[in-house]
Amino acid sequence: MDRKQMITLAVMAALLILPPLFIWTGYAFYLDLATRLVILAIAAVSLNLLLGYGGMASFGHAAFIGIGAYAVGIPAYHNTYGEFELVASYNGFFQIFLAVAITALFALITGIICLRTKGVYFIMITMAFAQMVFYLFISLEVYGGDDGLVIDTRSEFPLLNLDNPLHLYFFSFISLAAAMLIVRTIARSQFGMVLKGAMGNEERMIALGYNTYAYKLTAYVISGAMCGYAGALLGNFTTFISPEMMGWTRSGELMFMVILGGAGSTIGPVIGSGLFVLVEELLSSFTIYWHLPFGLMLILVVLLFRGGLLGLISGNSKSGGH
Amino acid sequence: MDSLLTISGLTKSFGGVHATNDVNLEVAKNQLHAIIGPNGAGKTTLISQLSGTLRPDAGRITFEGRDITATPAYKRAGLGITRSFQITSLLSAMSVIENVALAVQARNKHSFRFVRAAHKISYLRDEAMRALEKVGLAHRAGENTAGLSHGEHRQMEIALALATNARLMLLDEPMAGLGPTESEKMIEILQGLKSTHTILLIEHDMDAVFALADQISVLVYGKIIATGTPDEIRSNVAVRHAYLGEE
Repeated sequence: MDRKQMITLAVMAALLILPPLFIWTGYAFYLDLATRLVILAIAAVSLNLLLGYGGMASFGHAAFIGIGAYAVGIPAYHNTYGEFELVASYNGFFQIFLAVAITALFALITGIICLRTKGVYFIMITMAFAQMVFYLFISLEVYGGDDGLVIDTRSEFPLLNLDNPLHLYFFSFISLAAAMLIVRTIARSQFGMVLKGAMGNEERMIALGYNTYAYKLTAYVISGAMCGYAGALLGNFTTFISPEMMGWTRSGELMFMVILGGAGSTIGPVIGSGLFVLVEELLSSFTIYWHLPFGLMLILVVLLFRGGLLGLISGNSKSGGH
Repeated sequence: MDSLLTISGLTKSFGGVHATNDVNLEVAKNQLHAIIGPNGAGKTTLISQLSGTLRPDAGRITFEGRDITATPAYKRAGLGITRSFQITSLLSAMSVIENVALAVQARNKHSFRFVRAAHKISYLRDEAMRALEKVGLAHRAGENTAGLSHGEHRQMEIALALATNARLMLLDEPMAGLGPTESEKMIEILQGLKSTHTILLIEHDMDAVFALADQISVLVYGKIIATGTPDEIRSNVAVRHAYLGEE
């Protein structure tokens, strides 16, 4: 087992054991923090499939989170207040199916357009689509507009009660582990090799006979759907769903997490999310201007350690580029 | 003579410059057909049109009897045309064998295979090793691509072309930037491929061309001024005048 795998296991073991300890020792607040961390980590893992293995810097992933959250909130809202019987439901399987299906479809439609561009243009157009969704939900007065939507009933599953913080935590944790396993498996598969190839040298891959566009689009849809799933969890966690969940800063934060932790690795995005959530918590208790030191830290990590924090602790970091 | 590739009336201009001017060419099966010509004669432009990255303004390209003039680049590779690049174009973040395995993998109809780890598929590994052996790089298989020398990179380019199982190899100056011993090695490699592969070779190195080619075409200012065996080309007056620089 190499060092990266050991770090992966250690981080996951800590995430498995520590949060229950928090609640049993009376620090319930830290369980909340851990739940947020784990859910954001799923979103970061999904972005990593694009950014770390496909070289696609999507600046619109917040939209998938938002759509996923509303896919929980809107059925719950109608089940409580009536109308629109077709989607009204508290059923968790239905809500999550809705979240994944709609984000996959949204990813397919926007991906077809976004992936015709590269580099900065790709960043801008993904962000533009996300802003479009952001303003769409702001304009939807039925669901609270920019005030958002409070759900009084979380997704319902058999044997599982998401109102119980530990249930919600472990549900999220298992989801994270599954997401990591899925992305890791894809990255090592033949599909993943093509994706990495297209990131490294697209012209060469086309010359070899690969329709790189189709592979990138597929990755984009998988990533979007996975991020939508994370959004459904986040909606359940906060029980308050508002357009603010999909502001462009959220997309930026997800990118931070991936790059900070180490893009193109299994555990990197999780480490990045952990650090992000902790630093946000710590710094924001000192100053409301916590973004400034956080930004400086990010710049330092990117400049000094290739492969992010994971590169640093696993000893695989080369300082500077070549 | 069985023709694998037929080019007729191919024309491509950039602004007012005819990079390719009414080019007609036949490449016969299992032959090595070389194209020579001075710098700026339009050799790489021709390769780009054959591999599909550039669309010609006029003319037709037929491969195995099928009109491929409008076929996109990635599909041409699927039909059996592969190219190497004049400026080395590899996946430098991957190992040598991973590069070649990706070329082997390209033989499949598609690579939408998400579950099995690629490096555990023995067929990809074995075929990649075979291609690496043919170019004498088997001992470097596990190395990082970025760590190889320029000469070895040029050999990798050939290995990638080989690994796709293409029936037509478009080789764009495989000798570019090679020293004398490396050139000799490359000539040896190409000599080994000649009998089993159809190759369209673009090359500046005249020793290599005259040693390897079955047919030579001379391209000057986008026009083919002569086609023939090496002996015919050597004695062709127009060629000597325009290209070989003799009175």
